[in-house]
Amino acid sequence: MSETAIPYMVKPHPVTGIPNGKLGIWLFLASEVMLFGALFSSYVLIRTGMPHWPPEGGLSSEVLNVPLGTFNTAVLITSSITMVLAWASCKMGSLPKFRSWMGATVFLALVFLVVKYFEYSDKFHHEHFPSHDNFYAVYFVLTGLHGLHIVGGIIVNTYLLTAGSKMWQTDPEHFTNRVENAGLYWHFVDLVWIFLFPSLYLL
Amino acid sequence: MSVQQHTATTGNGHGHAHDGHGHHELPFWRKYIFSADHKVIGIQYGVTALVFLFFGFTLMMLMRWQLAYPGQPLPVFGKLLGETAMPGGVMAPEFYNQLGAMHGTIMVFLGVVPLAVGGFGNFVVPLQIGAPDMAFPRLNMASYWVFLPGCVLMVASFFLEGGAAQSGWTSYPPLSDIAPPGQTAWLFAMVLIITSSLLGSINFIVTIVQLRAKGLSFWRLPFFVHAQLVTAFLLLLAFPPLEAASVLQIMDRLAHTSFFLPSGLVVSGEPLKIAGGGNPLLWQHLFWFLAHPEVYVLILPAMGIVAEVIANNTRKPLWGYRLLVYSVVFLGFMSFIVWAHHMFMTGMGTTMSTFFQITTMIISIPSVIILTCFIMSLYGGNIRFTTPMLFATAFLPMFAIGGLTGLPLGLTASDIYLHDTFYVIGHFHYVVAPGTIFGLFAGVYYWYPKATGRKLNETLGKLHFWVSFVAINFIFMPMFFQGMAGLSRRLYDPTIYAHGRGVQALNVVISWGAWTLALAQIPFIINFFMSLKRGARVAENPWNATTLEWAAPSPPGHGNFLTEPVVYREPYEYSVPGQPNDYSPQFRAEA
Amino acid sequence: MDEKIYGWWLPPDVSVHGAKIDQLMSVLHWFMALLFIGWGIFFLYCLIRFRARPGHAALYTPVKAIATKYIEGFVLVVEIFLLFGLSTPVWLAYKNNVPDSAKALHVRLVAEQFAWNFQYPGKDGKFGKTDASFISADNPVGLDPEDAAGKDDLITVNNLHIPVGQPVMVDISSKDVIHSFNIPVLRVKQDTIPGQMIPVWFEATQPGHFELACAQLCGLGHYRMRGDVLIDTPEDFAKWQAENAPPPQEAPAAAAPEEKK
Repeated sequence: MSETAIPYMVKPHPVTGIPNGKLGIWLFLASEVMLFGALFSSYVLIRTGMPHWPPEGGLSSEVLNVPLGTFNTAVLITSSITMVLAWASCKMGSLPKFRSWMGATVFLALVFLVVKYFEYSDKFHHEHFPSHDNFYAVYFVLTGLHGLHIVGGIIVNTYLLTAGSKMWQTDPEHFTNRVENAGLYWHFVDLVWIFLFPSLYLL
Repeated sequence: MSVQQHTATTGNGHGHAHDGHGHHELPFWRKYIFSADHKVIGIQYGVTALVFLFFGFTLMMLMRWQLAYPGQPLPVFGKLLGETAMPGGVMAPEFYNQLGAMHGTIMVFLGVVPLAVGGFGNFVVPLQIGAPDMAFPRLNMASYWVFLPGCVLMVASFFLEGGAAQSGWTSYPPLSDIAPPGQTAWLFAMVLIITSSLLGSINFIVTIVQLRAKGLSFWRLPFFVHAQLVTAFLLLLAFPPLEAASVLQIMDRLAHTSFFLPSGLVVSGEPLKIAGGGNPLLWQHLFWFLAHPEVYVLILPAMGIVAEVIANNTRKPLWGYRLLVYSVVFLGFMSFIVWAHHMFMTGMGTTMSTFFQITTMIISIPSVIILTCFIMSLYGGNIRFTTPMLFATAFLPMFAIGGLTGLPLGLTASDIYLHDTFYVIGHFHYVVAPGTIFGLFAGVYYWYPKATGRKLNETLGKLHFWVSFVAINFIFMPMFFQGMAGLSRRLYDPTIYAHGRGVQALNVVISWGAWTLALAQIPFIINFFMSLKRGARVAENPWNATTLEWAAPSPPGHGNFLTEPVVYREPYEYSVPGQPNDYSPQFRAEA
Repeated sequence: MDEKIYGWWLPPDVSVHGAKIDQLMSVLHWFMALLFIGWGIFFLYCLIRFRARPGHAALYTPVKAIATKYIEGFVLVVEIFLLFGLSTPVWLAYKNNVPDSAKALHVRLVAEQFAWNFQYPGKDGKFGKTDASFISADNPVGLDPEDAAGKDDLITVNNLHIPVGQPVMVDISSKDVIHSFNIPVLRVKQDTIPGQMIPVWFEATQPGHFELACAQLCGLGHYRMRGDVLIDTPEDFAKWQAENAPPPQEAPAAAAPEEKK
C-alpha cells in the first residue's frame, strides 16, 4: 500500500476550497450525467421514431404502475433527507445518530429495490421482457441501470455504516467527508429517478 | 506537503510521521504487481500498451499480405493460424474482417491511449507537478486492474466460435447486432476498458487541480500537463455515451431488444424475429459522440510530449505558450460538437450537415495554431538532434499531412466521394501513426532515463527513427492515391473492382513498407531491454531540462522527491540572458 | 469495360454534378499543398539554420511573428471560402436540386448481404407494392404478388441500367445491414440504412460500362458486393427495357427476376 501522504485528502485545498474526494465525486457525477444523458437521449430518439408510444397502444401510465412509482419516488426523496441527516450527525459529532440515519437510508433504498422487484416480476409474469418491444426495452434498461446504481449506493452506505465507521475513531473529519461524498452520489441517484419517473411512467 | 498528515490512504488507520520512504519494505507482489505507486502503474500501463501496439501491428501485417497478394497462401505463418482463419494458408474473408476490427480497436484502446495517458500520464504528471503520487493511488491501481482483464477478454475473443469482433472498430448495427459471439466479448471488454478510463480521468483531474507544488500556478504548468488535463476531461465526459451504447448493443444481442434494429429486417432470407422499432443511426450518434473526442485523446498527449521535447532540445522557451494553452482548451471544447462529420453519408439533412461542417472547419483552427506554435518554437533555437528530438521534429510535418487531409473529408461535397475510401485511412493514420506514435516514441526516449536511471542507446535510436520514418511514409502516402481513385476501405480483395486493380501496385508498396516498419522496431526492442542493464547511467537531469520531474532522482523513490519541491519560474526558461547555464530549472531557487 | 480509365487519381467524371465536386477537390489539394510546402520550407530552414553548433546560442526573446498572424488570417479566410463558397453550394445543390419527378427515371434499390436488388416500375410507371414478408430467393425485393402495379416491374440484381441525359432518382434502402450505394464515376455515394428509404439522384453524361461498389462494411461478402452500371444511350436503354420487361401474366405469380449483362 502506498505510504506516501497525499495532501488535501482531508483538509480543503486553499484555492478550490474542497478536499480531493469531493472534487473527485463531483467529476464522477459529471460523467454519470453524460451516461444517463446518453440513455435519455436514446429514449427520445427511439420514442420520436415510433408512431405510437407505447407501441402496443394505450398510455405509459396504463402499462406501468404509477402508484408504485410515486411511492418509490417518495421513498427515494426521503432517503436523501435521511442521508443529509446522517452527514449532519457526523458534523455534529454523534456516531449513534449517524448510525440511525444511515441505517434508515439503507433501509429505504432496500424498500425501493423491493418495490422494483415486484414491478419487474409482474412484467415478467406476463411475458413482457425487454425484447417485447422498445417501450419495455427502454423501461428495463433505464430503470435497470438506475437500479444497479442504487445497489452500488447500498454497498457504499452499508460499508460506511459498518466496517468503514471504524475511521470515526481515528479521523472523524475524513470519515465525515466520506459520508458527504457518498451523500452527493446518493442525491444524484435520487435526482436521476426524479427524471426517470415522469418520463417513463407519466409521459 | 505536510508530513504530519494522517495517511488514510494506508488503510491501516494509524497515522504517524514519516519521511515518505516507507517504514517497512512492501512484499514483491505489493511493490510491483498490486502497487498503488503511480510510477509502477505507469510502467505497467506502458509496457502492456507497447505489447498491444506490437500485437495490433502484427494483425495488420497479416492483412497486408492479403491486400498485396490476394488469395495467395501466407508463407510460414499461414498454416499456423488454423484452417478456419486461413484455410490452406489463404486468409478467409471473415478472418480479414476480424483482423481489421481488432487492429483498430487494439491500437486505439489497448495501445495508444493506455500508453499516452495510462503510461506517460501516470508516470510523468505527478512528477511534473511536484506531487508525491496521484490523488487517489488505490483508485489508480484499480484502474489498471480493471483495464487488464478488459484487454485479456478482447484478445481472447479470437478463440470464440466465429472468431473475434468483425464489424469494424466502429461496430455499426445491424451488422454488429447479428455478428458472432466475438462481438459480445468486444462489448464487455469495452465496458471494462471504459470504466478503467473513467476512474483514471477522475484521478488525473483531481491530481492536477489539487496537488500542484508550491509556486506552480496554472500558467507555470508544463504544456504536457495542460494537454493531459484537457485529455482527462475528454475521457471523463465523452466515454459514458459509448458505455451506454455498449449496454444497449449487449441488450440487442443477448436480450433480443431492438434498440438499433428497425422492423422488417430479413437476414439471409429469414425474417429477424425481433420487435423492431429501433434505429441503426442511434448507435452511430452515441459511438461518434465518444469517438470524435477520442481522436483528440489520441493526439493531445503526443502534442504535450512534443512540446516538452522541442523546448528542451531547442534550448529556448516554447513560442506562444499561452496561445497553445488557449488553443488546446478550445480544441477540447470543440471536439464535442463535430461528431456527425463521420455520418455525412447517412442521409443527413442539409441543416445538420451544414452545422457539423462549420464546427469541423472551426476546429481546424486551433490545430493549425498549435502546429504553427511548435514550428515557430524552432526559430531561433540551438537545436540538438537527439533521438527524442528526431521523433518530435518528424511529428510536425506528419501531423500537418494528417491534419490537412482532414479538410476534404470535413467538407461534405468532397466527402461524398472520399467517405469510406482509403483516403480516410491515410488521413487518420498520418495523424496517429507518424503523428501520435512518433510523439510517444519521443516520450519513451526522453523519459526512459528518468524511469530507469539509464539512457537508451543513441545509435540504435537513430536507426529506429530513420527506418521507421521512411517506411511509414511508404505505407500511408500511397493510400491517398488509392482513395482518390475511389477504392473503398475494408475490402478483403480490392482487385474485384477495376478501380481497385488500377491501384493494386500501390498495395504491394504499402505492404512492403509495413513489413519494413516492423523490422525497424527491432533495434528499439533490443535497445529497450539492453539499456535496462547496459545503458549509460544518468543522474537526475541528463537532458539539462527545466521541468519538475528532473528534480527527482532517476528513478524516483517512493514519494518521488527528496525534499519538497518549490517552483520559482515558468516551465521553459532556457537560454535566459545573463545566466551561466542555458537552462534555469523551475525548481532551483537561484536562476 | 475499359480498365485504362482507372489510375492513381480521380476516374473520369460522367455525371452532371460531379464537375463541381472535382473542382472543389482540386482547389483543396492545391491549398493543402501550398500550406504544406510553405510550412515545410520554413520548417526545414529552421532545422538547418538553428541547428546546434559551436559558438551558437538560442534566442530567449520570442520572435515577433506578424507574418504568422497574416498566415493564420489567410488560412481562416480560405477555409471560410472553401466552406461557404465551394462546398456548401455544391452540397446544397446535390441535396436540394431534386429533379423534376415527371422527367426522371425512377428506380428502387434494396441492398442485401451481398447483392444490389433494383426495381424498375415498368410501363405503368408505378412501383408494385413490396413487403418483407414476400421476400424469397426468387423475389429479392418482396413484390406483392396480388398487386397489379407490380406485374410489369423489372427486377435486376447487381445490374443498374440507366440512360444518358435523363435524371435518375433512386430510392435506396436495405433489408438487413447498412450498405452504401457508391458509383465512383458518377460521384454518388449514399448509405443504405435498413428501416429508411433515402432518395439519391444523378444524371449521366456519357454512355459506358462502370462499377457499383459497396462502401460500408456489411459482412464477409462486403468485398464482392459489386454491381455493373450500364449507362446506355436513350435508344439502347429503351431497347433494354423492352427486351427485359416481364411477359404479360394472367395468373397472379410474382415476376421472375432477370439477370442480364
